[in-house]
Amino acid sequence: MTTTIFLTIAVIVLIFVVIFQIAKASEYVSVIKGENESRKQNNKINGFLMLSFMVVGLIGVWYCNDLLYPKTLLVHPAASNHGERVDSMLWVTLWVTGIVFVATQILLFWFAYKYQEKEGAKVFYFPHNNFIEALWTVVPAIVLAVLVIIGLRNWYSFTGDAPEGAMQVEVTGKQFGWIFRYPGKDEKLGKKYFKVIDNATNPLGLIWSDDAALGLKDDKDTHDDIVVEQTMYLVKGKPVRLIIGSRDVIHDVGLPHFRLKMDAVPGIPTTMWFTPTMTTEEMRKETGNPNFEYELSCDQMCGNGHYSMKGTVKVVTQAEFDAWKATKSPAYYAAFPDKAPAKPTVPDSTGTGKAKDTAKAIAKN
Amino acid sequence: MSNEAVLHGVASSHDAHGDHHHEHHHHETFISKYVFSMDHKMIAKQFLITGMVWAVIGGLMSVLFRLQLGYPDQSFPWLEDLLGKWWAEKGHITAQGYYALVTTHGTVLVFFVLTAGLSGTFANFLIPLQVGARDMASPFMNMLSYWFFFAASIVMLSSIFVETGPFSGGWTAYPPLSALGDASPGSKTGMDLWLVAMALFVVSSLLGGLNYIATILNMRTKGMSMTRLPLTIWALFFTAVLGVLSFPVLLSGFILLIFDRNFGTSFYLSDIFVNGVGALPNEGGSAILFQHLFWFLGHPEVYIILLPAMGMVSEILSVNARKPIFGYMAMIGSLFAIAILAFLVWAHHMFVTGLNPFLGSIFVLLTLLIAVPSAIKVFNWLTTLWRGNIRFTPAMMFAIGFVSLFISGGLTGIWLGNSALDIHLHDTYFVIAHFHIVMGVASMFGMFAGVYHWYPKMYGRYLNNTLGYIHFWITMIGAYLIFWPMHYEGLAGMPRRYYDYSIWESFKNFVELNRFISTVAMIVFAVQILFLLNFFYSIWKGRKVTSQNPWGSNTLEWTAPIHPGHGNWPGEIPEVHRWAYDYGKDGREFIPQTEAVGADESHH
Repeated sequence: MTTTIFLTIAVIVLIFVVIFQIAKASEYVSVIKGENESRKQNNKINGFLMLSFMVVGLIGVWYCNDLLYPKTLLVHPAASNHGERVDSMLWVTLWVTGIVFVATQILLFWFAYKYQEKEGAKVFYFPHNNFIEALWTVVPAIVLAVLVIIGLRNWYSFTGDAPEGAMQVEVTGKQFGWIFRYPGKDEKLGKKYFKVIDNATNPLGLIWSDDAALGLKDDKDTHDDIVVEQTMYLVKGKPVRLIIGSRDVIHDVGLPHFRLKMDAVPGIPTTMWFTPTMTTEEMRKETGNPNFEYELSCDQMCGNGHYSMKGTVKVVTQAEFDAWKATKSPAYYAAFPDKAPAKPTVPDSTGTGKAKDTAKAIAKN
Repeated sequence: MSNEAVLHGVASSHDAHGDHHHEHHHHETFISKYVFSMDHKMIAKQFLITGMVWAVIGGLMSVLFRLQLGYPDQSFPWLEDLLGKWWAEKGHITAQGYYALVTTHGTVLVFFVLTAGLSGTFANFLIPLQVGARDMASPFMNMLSYWFFFAASIVMLSSIFVETGPFSGGWTAYPPLSALGDASPGSKTGMDLWLVAMALFVVSSLLGGLNYIATILNMRTKGMSMTRLPLTIWALFFTAVLGVLSFPVLLSGFILLIFDRNFGTSFYLSDIFVNGVGALPNEGGSAILFQHLFWFLGHPEVYIILLPAMGMVSEILSVNARKPIFGYMAMIGSLFAIAILAFLVWAHHMFVTGLNPFLGSIFVLLTLLIAVPSAIKVFNWLTTLWRGNIRFTPAMMFAIGFVSLFISGGLTGIWLGNSALDIHLHDTYFVIAHFHIVMGVASMFGMFAGVYHWYPKMYGRYLNNTLGYIHFWITMIGAYLIFWPMHYEGLAGMPRRYYDYSIWESFKNFVELNRFISTVAMIVFAVQILFLLNFFYSIWKGRKVTSQNPWGSNTLEWTAPIHPGHGNWPGEIPEVHRWAYDYGKDGREFIPQTEAVGADESHH
C-alpha cells in the first residue's frame, strides 16, 4: 500500500515538474519570438478554446441531464398535494432560468471568440445607453414579479391552516432519531414538559402525574396518547398536520418525496401540513423499487450522527391505518401497567379478523 | 468642489509623509519592512499569502471529506498514519473527523480566504494606489488589522489540535448544538477557540473596513471625484460598508453564545434534554434568535465576498476588451442596490425555521429583487465585451470565467430565494451547488483575476502565462464538473452534511457520481498547487516587468514606478482629469486618468 502511495506522489510530482518545465520553455520561446507575436498566438488559441468550451459545455449539460435526470425525484409524481405544486413551479422556474442561462452563456463565449484581438480592429466606444439599460432592468423585474406571484401563492397555501378534520401527529427530533405521537380517542395531544422526560418510559416528557416541585398537574389528555419511534403512519388522501419539535438541538423534518421540510426547534413548536397522495405500496410500483420507503431525513446539522437520523413514513389506506393503530396501546399504560385496563381479550366486533391480518401484513413491511 | 481644500490639504500633508519615508527608506529593518509593516502594499501581500495558506488548508480539507464521500467503502491506511485515529480510524475518515472537516472548511474559506484573503488583499493594495493616496488613512490601524487576522488564524489553527477536535457543527454554528458540549464533542474546547478566533477576526475586519472607508472618502487625489473612481474602488467601498455595519451584529450574537456556553444564561436555550445528561435548567431562550443575528451578517457576508470580485472583474474586462465598461453609473447603482438589499434578505436562509409565513413572503420579494441589479451587471459585462478587441490575458480569462459562473450560480438563487421551492430544496446538494458556484468559485475566479492582473504591480514580475492558462482551463472545467451535477443530487432530495448515504434508500444511488466529483476535486486542487508554485517561483524568477503600464491601463496604480516604495509615487501625487474608462475613445487605444481633457475631445 505504502509503495503505491509513494509511487502516486512521485508520479504527481513528475507531472508537475514536466508541466512546469514546458511552461518555462514556452515563456523563453515567447521572449525570443517577441511579446507581440506570442500574445497573438495565445489569443487565437484561447479564443478558440472559449468557443469550444461553450459548445462542449452545452453538450455536456445535455449529457449530464440525460444521465442524471432519471435519478431525480422529478421522474415520479410527488407524493403530496403540495409536492405537485412544488414540481410545477419548479418546472416554470427551470424554463425561465434555463432560457436565460443558455442565452447569456452563448453570448458571453461567442463575444469572447468573435471580438478577440485583431490587428487594427477598432473598438466601439460605447460607454452607456439609457434605453437598453432601462430595458434590461424592467424586463427581469417583470419576469421576477411573475415568479414571485407564483411562489407566494404556493407559499401561502403550504403554510396556511390545515383543512378541518386533518389528523394530527406530533414529530419530535432527538439525537439521533424521531419520536411520533398520535392523539388517542379524544383527538387531543396532552401537555408535556421537558423536565419530566425519562428516556426509558417517557421519552417525550408527557405530564401524566402531579409534580408539586415543578408545578405540574396530571393532564388526562396524555393518558391515551400513543408514542412510537422511527416509523410514522399516515393515511393516503387524508390531510395531516405535523406538530414539530425537538428535544435537544435543532433538527429538520425533511420529506423529499412530499417536497417539504420544516425545522424542529427546541422550545418553539413548528407546524406543517400536507395530504399524502400515494401509498408506500403505490410508490413502490411507480418507482419499480420493491425496497422503496418514504424516508424522513434530518436536514439540519445536529451532531456527529446527523447522517444516520432516519425515520420512515408509511403511507397506508385508512383501513390499514386503523388496524395499525389498534395494535398500539397508549404510552401511559406502558409506564403504569397497573393502570392499564384489563387486556381486551376479546377484540372489538368490527371485522377484527381482517384488521388483524392487515396489521400483520404491515408489521412484515 | 467644496472639499477641494480638504483634499488638497490631505494630499500635501501626505507629500510630506512620502518624503519622510523616502529619506528613511534605507533604514528600514527586516521587521519593519516585512513583518510589522505599515505599507499598504506589504500588508496586502501579507493578507494574500496568509489567505493562500488557509486556502491550501481549507482546500485540502475538502479533498479529505470528498475522499470519504467518493470512496466510503475504501480504506486508506495512510490517512490514519497522517492524521491519527481521531480523524481517520482504520483508514476511514471518522464521522467526527468528517464534521470537523466540513465545518472548518466552510469557516476558513468564507472568512479567512474569501474575506481576509480577497478583500483584505485587494482593498489594501488597490485603494491607495487607485485613488491616488500615499497610504491608508491610518497605516497603523491597517497593520493591526492584519495582525488581528493573524492572531485569529493562529487560534483557529490551534483548535484543530485539541483533544475533542475543532468545532464541528457547521460554519453557521447554530445553537443549541454549538452551545452544548454534551451534545457534540466539537462544541467543547474547539468551539471556545472557534469563537475567540472569530471575535479576533471581526476586530480585524472592522479595523480594516473603517480604514478603507476613510481612505476612499477622504484621501482621493486632486480631481478624483467619486464618479471618476474605478469600479474596483466602488466595489471595495460598498464591501467595507457592509462589513462595518454587519460584523458587529455577528459579534453580538457570538457574545450571547459565549454567555450561554459559559455563564448559564438562556439566550438561545430552552426545553432541552440532552442524552446522557438529562434536562437542562435553561428555559425561555430562542434558538432562532441566533440565526437572525448570524444571517444579518451571514447574508451581507456573501456580498462582502462577491463585490470585490465584481469590481475587479469590471475593471479587468474593460481594460482587456480595450473598451469602456458599459453603463458605469448603472454599475455603481447596481452595486449600491445590492449593498442595500444585502441587509434586507437575511431571513431567506430561515424559510423553514418556522418563521412567520408573512415575514417569509416579504423576504421572498426582497430576495428576488436582488436578481435585478445582478442582471444589470451581467448584461453590462456582456455589452462591455461586445465589439471590443479582447486580449486573453490569464486575468481576462478568469474575469470571463467569473461572469460565466456568476450567471450559472446566480440563476439558481432565483430557485432558492422563492420560499415555496426552498421548502423542498433547502439544505440539499442543490444549495451546495448554488453557493459554491456563485460565491465560492466565482469569487475565487475574481481573486485569481486580480492576482494575475496586479501581480506585475505587486512584484515587478509577471506570472508564467502558460501555467496561467492551464490553471484557468482546468479550474474552469473542473468547477463545472464538480458542482453542476450536484444540482441533480439536490433535485433527488439528497441532504447536505451527510457523512454516509449508504443507509438511505432514497440517496444511495449516487455512488459513481460522488466518486467522479471527488476525483475531479482532487485534480482541481492539484492545479491550485501548480498556481501557488507559479506564484512563489515568479516572485523571484518571473519575467521582469519592463514598462510602467504593461496592460495599457488608465488607472493610477500604473503611473507609479514599477517598484513603488512606501508612499507610492516618488514625486507629486498624480492629478486626475477624467474617469477611468476612456478606452478606444477618438481612435486612441487608451487615455490615462492623468491626462487632461483635450479641447477637441468628444463628449460621451
